[in-house]
Order: sequence, then structure tokens, then C-alpha cells
Amino acid sequence: MVGTAKSLDQIATLEAVDARLLVQLHDQMLLIRRFEEKVNEMYTRAKIGGYCHLNIGEEGAIVGSMSALGEADYIFAGYREHGHALARGLDPKGIMAELFGKATGVSRGRGGSMHLFDAGRRFMGGYAIVGGHLPIAVGAAMAIRYREGSEAVATYLGEGATNAGAFHESLNVAKLWRLPIIFIVLNNQYEMGTPVAKTSAVPEQYKKGATYGMHGEQVDGMDVLAVREATLAALRRAREDEDPSILELVAYRFRGHSVIDPARYRTEEELRSWLARDPIESFRQKLSAAGLLTEDHIEAAEQRIGQQVAEAVAFAEASPFPDPSTLFDYLYVGEGGR
Amino acid sequence: MAIITMREALNQALREEMQRDPEVFIMGEDIGVFEGSYKVTAGLLREFGEKRVIDTPIVEEFIVGAGIGAAMMGLRPVVEIMTINFILLAMDQVVNHAAKIPYMFGGTVRVPLTIRTPGGGGQQLTAQHSQNLEALFAHVPGLKVVAPALPGDAKGMLKAAIRDDNPVLFIENISMYNTRGEVPEGEYLVPLDRAEVKRAGSDITLVGHSKGTLLALDAARRLAEEDGIEAEVVDLRSLRPLDRETIIASVKKTSRAVLVEEGWPTYGVSAEVSASIMEGAFDYLDAPVRRVGGKEVPMPYSKPLENAVIPRVDEVLATVRSLFKR
Repeated sequence: MVGTAKSLDQIATLEAVDARLLVQLHDQMLLIRRFEEKVNEMYTRAKIGGYCHLNIGEEGAIVGSMSALGEADYIFAGYREHGHALARGLDPKGIMAELFGKATGVSRGRGGSMHLFDAGRRFMGGYAIVGGHLPIAVGAAMAIRYREGSEAVATYLGEGATNAGAFHESLNVAKLWRLPIIFIVLNNQYEMGTPVAKTSAVPEQYKKGATYGMHGEQVDGMDVLAVREATLAALRRAREDEDPSILELVAYRFRGHSVIDPARYRTEEELRSWLARDPIESFRQKLSAAGLLTEDHIEAAEQRIGQQVAEAVAFAEASPFPDPSTLFDYLYVGEGGR
Repeated sequence: MAIITMREALNQALREEMQRDPEVFIMGEDIGVFEGSYKVTAGLLREFGEKRVIDTPIVEEFIVGAGIGAAMMGLRPVVEIMTINFILLAMDQVVNHAAKIPYMFGGTVRVPLTIRTPGGGGQQLTAQHSQNLEALFAHVPGLKVVAPALPGDAKGMLKAAIRDDNPVLFIENISMYNTRGEVPEGEYLVPLDRAEVKRAGSDITLVGHSKGTLLALDAARRLAEEDGIEAEVVDLRSLRPLDRETIIASVKKTSRAVLVEEGWPTYGVSAEVSASIMEGAFDYLDAPVRRVGGKEVPMPYSKPLENAVIPRVDEVLATVRSLFKR
């Protein structure tokens, strides 16, 4: 196990820090930030259509938790999942091409922003019915148990999903059958434009596991290392103790619900207070203070990532749209579908 | 060939597929210890154990969703929804997930899931337990929806559904579990996309599925005996995909059609079959296409009222006879 830093505050006093890992976490967060900024730009230039939800502000929660997962583990996500896909190592080109609706996209232009998928990386998809993917994720955990595997499932959801019936059905059975799964609630404070205090009788999401006797934990989602540690511990419980968990990552999306949402339902002060805790900026400061990150590295990373994102756009631009003659492809496997 | 009940035929299909493939498992409410509300899963817990015969809480959305998840992982789940009325709680999983996942992820993942569930009325189970909702699901691309009428087809199609790589909704009928018919022993597969002419005839085509087919067969016998009318009976067996070729070929031969279904005809299976006949055999018709279906009310409890709702063979006979009056 790498990375013994429990939170940002401890970096400076660590006896043994895996510096390489810390820098990787920084770079992954940066990739998400820059990718999403470019997505926003491409949307305003009408290269991307439909709904488009950005992870800007949530990079610490995403990278912290995704970095804790093993290659063999399975991930299910909601519809705000570009960052999860990037953190899982999906090629930015394939993601951007999908957003552009191109045949070379990870879902061959059938899915778009909300339905990224990569079976090879066990990224089991982005889903756009709030809470609807949770029973499916538990089913995947059942399959792991059925085959006596040692993998785990991590399923992401927003705090808006925890009021839905599917959430409660899923938590109950996951605990009842002691399945290898963790529910990661990325609490970004708003269910579209409605604040969590107005939607949830118990606003602390991690407490919602208690009814089912499930271990619940609240973590600062702006602290990539704290998130990583909590996720590692949850994975250990899932694998070794057959005990599922619910983690609440408290974070904030810096942009609106979707790229076209000006987010007038929240105050400037509130936004400023969260911006001051930018997960990338605060991590940089800590790493720099500990001598683990230099200006040179940051500059090189910016350049490399900028290049990567530009290449993703170029690839998406150059890729062909799916031919309408392929419209019925993938509707059914095998003969006799239509 | 053995003559057994629909219930036994389904049980045989499940048992054989579970013996054949260790990745087939069944899951649902009270299917294990209780052996199923309609005893279709009798004996399976004893034979295959708790790992493969899984009793769940009453959580339909979860049952279907978990089946989808396990299927995406390559297992072959067969989930039972106790009656089709309860599947409405899982509508999101069936329509928004099972039917969409293979396509919206660009064909990079499969959902080899079978959902078994019985519809139908006639048991005084009233409004919330007596519906035929297959048209809701047959409407949706991405699903396969089958509703066999005879025990032999039920066995062959359930086995085929379990082996199919697509999500299949397998519709049974609570009033038909004790109907008997010839069922081949052992390996027997029936394709999921073919209607079958169950009785040949030259004067009129009767089209049905599930209980509608039984009514049509009954009506055809009586028409031959009492009226000298030779009715051809097309059993749809599969609702999506719909085997339009077989329907149209029959109507081209007979020039008349009466469509029979237990469910509500408005926007129903017979509505789609009627449209298919108009599109494919309009020039061959000697009479308007007519439909016999369930009366369009929530199912009442009182027996005479319930009897008035469910289509009867005398209604089919009267409808057919009206087409031959000149």
C-alpha cells in the first residue's frame, strides 16, 4: 500500500511520503480541471450537445477515491462522470470524441457525456437516472461474490440520489448479503438548484447507512489524501470483512449543474468560500511547502496536460460521425433483434 | 412425448439450464423456501442451494437492477417478478437500463438477463393483481418480449431466453400454469423471434399470444364444428421482435383476421398486429380487421364483473361470425 499521508495537514510531517504518488494525484486532478475547462469551451462552440455536467471543483473527491481502487475493481458512476473516466485512465481522446458524438468515442457516439463506458478498465458506465445505477452496481458485487472473486465495486452517486428508493433498496441488500461494495456519495451541496438542506431530512449523507447497520463516514472531499485514505479503508472492509460502506465526500461544484446553468441559486460568498478551498490549489500549496512539488513541475504538467487535451480535441474533430446506416447496430446482440 | 403442465415445463427449463450452465442463477421473492408464488421454482433450492436460488426482500427495482448488474458481469440471471403488476416498480430498470445499456454503451457490454413474470386475471385478484401489461414493454426497442401459450413453447423459449445475450422479458399467465401440453424431454429450444401457425385454416386468421392463443384455438375448433369455418391460428409467441411475415402470409391466404388478447386492446398487442396487417396485407382483406380483448376497466373483484372483463370464446365466435354475414 502506498501513500501514508492521512490528510493534507499531515504532509509536512510525514516520515515517508511516496512523493511520486502525490505528484500523480496532483497531475490527475489537473487533467480533469483542464479537460473540463476545454469541454466547457467546446460546448459553447456547439461542438458538444445535450446535457453536459462538469466535475470542476470535485477533482479531489474523484481522484482521491479513484486512486484507491485496484485495477480489478469495478466502477459505476452517475452522469457527472468525465472526471471519473479520466481518473480511471480512459483515453481523453475517446472521451472527447464521445462528447463530440463521434464514432471513435468510448461509447461509439451512442452515449455522450452521461454514458461513458470502458469494459476493459472496468469502468461500468455513467448512468443518468438518479439512483438507478445503484441496484446494478450491487448486482455486479453479487457477481463477484458468486465467482468468489476478490474485487470490489465502487459506485458513485450524488447526494440527490440518497433520497430515492433505489438507494435504500441497494444499501439494505448490500449490507444484508455483505457484498464487496462501497457507496461513494459525492455531496456537492446541490441537487440541480436545490440545496441539500431542502431535500434531505438528514443532510449528513453518511448517516444514511446507519439504518442498515452500514459503516458510514464523512470525509472532506476537497482533501484528496483524506478521501484516498477513507476509500482505502472502505475497500479493506469490503474485501476482508465483507462489509460494505457509505462514504460521504463533502465537496462543491464550482460551475453550475450543467454548463448552461448560471447557478443563480447560490450566493457569491458561498462560492468564494469554496473556491478558497480549491482541491488542486490547496494540494499544490501543501506539496510545495513540503518540497514535493516545484514550479517547474507544475509548469511542465500544465504544458503536458494542455497538449493532451488539445490532442483529444483534435482527435475528436478529425474523427468521423457514426454513419446513419449503423443506427441499429448494438441494439441487439446476435440475429433476430429487430 | 410427455404431456405435462405449463408449470412443470417452466420448472424443467430452469432446472435443465441450471444443470447445464453454472453461471445461471435465479433470484426473486419467495422463490426458494416457498418455491415461488406459483410454484414454478419448486425443488430448485434443494437441488442447487442458496447460492443459485436466491430469495430477496420485496424490492422489485433492486431485483431487476441487480439482475442487470450480474448480467453485465457475464452471469446469466433469471429473475422472477412475482406478478407483472409489480414490475411497474422496476419499470426504470427494465426500460431505462436493461433496454438501453447495450446500445448506449455502443455495444461494448451485454445484458443477458431473463425476467420471468406472470400476468393475467380470472382469479378474483382484483385491480392491482390482474393486468396484462406486455404491450408496455413490447413498445420498447432493446428488449425482447415473449409470451408463449403452450407448455412446449414455454420450455423451449425459456431455455432460449436464458441463453440469449439480450434482456428478455418472459411473460407467463397465472391462469395457465395448469394447462397441459406436449413437451419434449431434454434439450429443446424454440427461437425467440418466430410466430407459429398452431392450426392451419383457409377462411380466417385468428392471431393471439398467451391466453389469447388458447381462446383462438378453442374458437377455431368450434367454428369448424358449428359453422364449417376453417380458422388459421397464428400464435405470436414473441411480441418483440414481432414476426410480421407469418401474420401477413396467413392473412394473405385467408383474407380475414380477428385478433385476440386478454389485455386492453387500446394501444395493445392487437393494435400493433392490426397495423402490421394494414401495412402488409391491405389489398388482400375482404373484411375489416376486428379485435377481441379485455374490457377497459381496472379489474373488479366481484366474479360476474370479472367474468365480464375477461375475453371469452363466445365473443371470439360472435366476432368471427359477424365477418361472414353478407
